[in-house]
Amino acid sequence: MSRCLAERSIDHVVLERGEIANSWKTERWDSLRLLTPNWQSRLPGYEYQGDDPDGFRTMLETIEFIERYAKLIAAPVQTHSAVISARRSDNGYEIRTRQATWHCDTVVLANGACNISQVPALASAVPARIAMLTAAEYRSPTRLDSGGVLVVGASATGTQIADEIQRSGRKVTLAVGEHIRVPRTYRGKDIQWWMDVAGVLDERYDQVDDIVRVRNSSSLQLAGYPDRRMTDLNSLSSIGVKLVGRLAGIVGGKAQFSGSLRNVCALADLKMSRLLGTIDEWASTNGLDAKMSPPHRFEPTGVEASPPLVIDLRSGDIRTIIWATGYRPNYSWLEVPLFDHKGYVRHDGGIVQSPGMYIMGMPFLRRRKSTLIDGAGDDARDLSIHLASYLRRKCRVLPRATRLRESTSRR
Amino acid sequence: MDMSQKTVDNGVNVEALLGAREALAKAPQAAQFKWRATCKWMNGTHSRSTVEGFYGLGDEQKHKTQFTFDADHPEIFASQDKGATPVEFVLVGLASCLTAGIAAVAQLRQIKLRSVSATLQGSMDVRGILGADTDVRNGFDGIEVIYNIDADASPDDIKALVAQSQKRSAVYDILTNPTNVRVEVQ
Repeated sequence: MSRCLAERSIDHVVLERGEIANSWKTERWDSLRLLTPNWQSRLPGYEYQGDDPDGFRTMLETIEFIERYAKLIAAPVQTHSAVISARRSDNGYEIRTRQATWHCDTVVLANGACNISQVPALASAVPARIAMLTAAEYRSPTRLDSGGVLVVGASATGTQIADEIQRSGRKVTLAVGEHIRVPRTYRGKDIQWWMDVAGVLDERYDQVDDIVRVRNSSSLQLAGYPDRRMTDLNSLSSIGVKLVGRLAGIVGGKAQFSGSLRNVCALADLKMSRLLGTIDEWASTNGLDAKMSPPHRFEPTGVEASPPLVIDLRSGDIRTIIWATGYRPNYSWLEVPLFDHKGYVRHDGGIVQSPGMYIMGMPFLRRRKSTLIDGAGDDARDLSIHLASYLRRKCRVLPRATRLRESTSRR
Repeated sequence: MDMSQKTVDNGVNVEALLGAREALAKAPQAAQFKWRATCKWMNGTHSRSTVEGFYGLGDEQKHKTQFTFDADHPEIFASQDKGATPVEFVLVGLASCLTAGIAAVAQLRQIKLRSVSATLQGSMDVRGILGADTDVRNGFDGIEVIYNIDADASPDDIKALVAQSQKRSAVYDILTNPTNVRVEVQ
């Protein structure tokens, strides 16, 4: 967005609570790689130029990538400037940080969807002896006790963490609710490549049947391992991860798991089949069949006849619980009435109900790829057009020059 | 939805359901329902339950007629067999909930159903309910449901109907997830 605003000569500042690429530096585990291939992280005016376009960036590489972009576009970033309040003022908005107060005509909320780890209320019933971490706090298996680990949540995060911890020699039990299964590679090409070319990632928010459901979907069970292995439940089972249903309750020190495991796996298998069907149809229509290996489907997810419904957390078998149960945004500082009954910002493709205010970085904001780094560019382009036009109209109404002002001296 | 193009009719008023879904999403109070049943002991293990009134959409409601259910134990349980067993009622509950869901989802997806039938089986080690072994649970060890569906759709699409029905089924949820049950004596 900064790059798009600069291109339009719109005076702006980027307020960052920590350092550039803060979340990547402080809230990710050590071995994490992006699950999108390097070629796919395209930002306005900035394509991948390295020698491994099909590889997956490590955290250090991701941080460097973002820092380099910020420098390249000379983004006017104020670091260590956490916003403590954002509210409407007489002719625009007043944004306060600890160091300064900013007055502006437009605001873009870009703090993303992952500020706070979501931990279910039943966590309070976990016996005291068991160590608990959120995915945001997890760093590496070496920092865990040597006993069994229960990973709760089987999306991208949960499956990757389960995979890594099981390979470290600790017995992992994975609690599985609804999830999205995909292969890493299909017919010789990366799944992200397929979703990109077949237009799946370009699907617009106003073209999907149930945007609320789609925006609430969990992340794909996908990982950026150099060996390109799948991290679906079959892959995890094959290295010894034990699957149980969704964690539904904890009573008397006993964890209760849903009996719906078989169906959530069936739902995921069917959904994957539909995606591959879409890909096959696109490949056929576009004359790719001759050059590629033929269409095929994957083994259904294997579920044991009677998965355990209860695990006694006091038995000592489980020493650590890792909550890979999602995130939500932090809007404690946002004093503008934008929220729905669940505390999320209501928006129409990133345009919110306060004039001159926009939101970015939310799942399926404008397109399916809005969730990815690759989607930020198009979202920024679209919203900056709207923002620029808003500013032009505002300038005509108010003869005063509208400029970003910083008041109160910075300490 | 274009009414004039509606060719598939499984008898489910999906427009009404979709309308209700939209309206109730905005009015959660109206979505609070209370389903009820009363039960009277007859003799031995025979009891008679009735269902008539329920609460929903902000008001007391009534079924068109009162429904009556006799429940009992079979003769091999040294009983009179005046009705199906309570656990068989649970299987009926699950079957009817899933089947209704299949019809609704099929209609929404414009899939014509020609026939749908299910057989259900709940396995149980009766030493649990007899108190003969405290390691044995009272309830089912597991429930199996087998659907036979003849419809205008691919096998995967039919499987998807059944999967979606489970995803949205009340009884499936009640059975697969913990539910608080509080029993008082007045």
